[in-house]
Amino acid sequence: MMPRWRWWFLGALVLAVVIAAIYLPILRRNIRQAAKLQQRSEEQARRELTQPTVINPSDPRVKAKLFWASGADDGTVSAVTVELPLAKDPVLRAKQVLNTLLAGPVDTELRTLPPDAALLAFYLLPDGTAIADFSEAVATSIPSGIESEQMAVDSIAKTLEANVPQVRRLKILIHGQEVETLAGHLDLTQTFLVNANAMLGPQAATAPAATALTPAPAAVKLAEPARKP
Amino acid sequence: MLLDVGLFLHQSIRRNVWIAPAVAAAFLAAATGAASSFSGGTSSPLAAQQTPPAAAPAQPATTQTGSTAQDPATQARAGLNIVVLDPAHGGTDLGARGTGGIHESDIVLDFAAQVRTALESQGFQVVQTRQGNANPSFDDRSAMANAQRGAIFVTLHIASTGTAGTARVYVMSDMPTGTDATGLILWDRAQAPFASLSRKLGDQVQGLLAQRFKGSPANAQTASVRQLRTTAAPAIAVEISSVIVEDRAQLDHMAPGVADAIARGAAAFRPTYVVPANPGERP
Repeated sequence: MMPRWRWWFLGALVLAVVIAAIYLPILRRNIRQAAKLQQRSEEQARRELTQPTVINPSDPRVKAKLFWASGADDGTVSAVTVELPLAKDPVLRAKQVLNTLLAGPVDTELRTLPPDAALLAFYLLPDGTAIADFSEAVATSIPSGIESEQMAVDSIAKTLEANVPQVRRLKILIHGQEVETLAGHLDLTQTFLVNANAMLGPQAATAPAATALTPAPAAVKLAEPARKP
Repeated sequence: MLLDVGLFLHQSIRRNVWIAPAVAAAFLAAATGAASSFSGGTSSPLAAQQTPPAAAPAQPATTQTGSTAQDPATQARAGLNIVVLDPAHGGTDLGARGTGGIHESDIVLDFAAQVRTALESQGFQVVQTRQGNANPSFDDRSAMANAQRGAIFVTLHIASTGTAGTARVYVMSDMPTGTDATGLILWDRAQAPFASLSRKLGDQVQGLLAQRFKGSPANAQTASVRQLRTTAAPAIAVEISSVIVEDRAQLDHMAPGVADAIARGAAAFRPTYVVPANPGERP
């Protein structure tokens, strides 16, 4: 015959297990929701800090060239001329054209960048190096592949080249970080040459247009592969 | 130290197997020439000895086993004889994903098996960067090619865009060459000295792909492909369109044609590639 206190003890244990079985999934769900909310609020805060540059109607209206997919299904981008009021300040101007590029063309099939992507920040260094920081959606929502990723970079670089002559090189960051590739293929560790002809002088003016997007080497010299930890 | 010397000799013998029949042929030619000179012949033994060694395997010289030196395997040893084949992605990196559950990482592995067979039939030795569902880093994959002497590198991809049933070859965009103080090619710019060779190889393969798959471009295109940048060898990326097919069989049907184009393209490229003396050297 078991003493009564053991029955009470066993009963309490069973009750604790039942409560835990009910409570733990709820707790896990709450933690996930909190994490999501925190992630969203960080992204939201960042977006609020870097509000898309509002086009000022008082700026002079110019014919901007924006590069989207050509529609020939051959991996090329082609220019579409859009009349926009653009600022004279190169950083502001670059933000304006890139935000218009991200908004996409009338024909959504010709998009080169995902619709949920956003430009988080844009910097222009004195040597002409532009740093464009995009939200993670640029990397996660873009169709994976060499062709699609190259088109995305081409559209950004050529749009800057056509509208912001001060930009010489382009470095693309994703959510403030340097990443190895855009979506598994295209190299983002290097900078891309923009306005290469202007930078290299008249000799390069006859160079084919393809060289305009040549990746420029990073300053870092590595004789051996850098191992990831 | 002795072990190192032994290893060096072993590797030298393996790499220079053609020397034996070449020397034998030269010796025989010298002897024949000497005999001819005694009999008033015009052939010069010196001329025979001065024949470039690389040309020797092309001559029908008798080997110790009695077979001729013209078989593809022996010819291959004289120059380009290794293809490093890279089925892209793998492991948790599935690559491009189609709506029908098609994963790039799976398909390229199946393609690689067929490409390998086609290359081996052309006398190439094939080194694969991954056999199963592993995911070596970009640098590890490049390192496999960079450690070889006389290799080319082919990375296989399936796109999520492009007209279904087409195939494109990419070579690395032009980049400035760079060497360190000791003259070694910088890892980050390893592809730079091989850019023109990669272009030749790419155009060869793309031309053959265009013949088989209508709508494919006639020449190789340039792109800043991460995998190619650190590869110190003629290197191309072959991308097939696309994972957005309704039935995977559509892609599977392309595999023999892609394999044949890569193998024939590599074989056509072989005579134009003068292999550097050591791995990592400029071409």
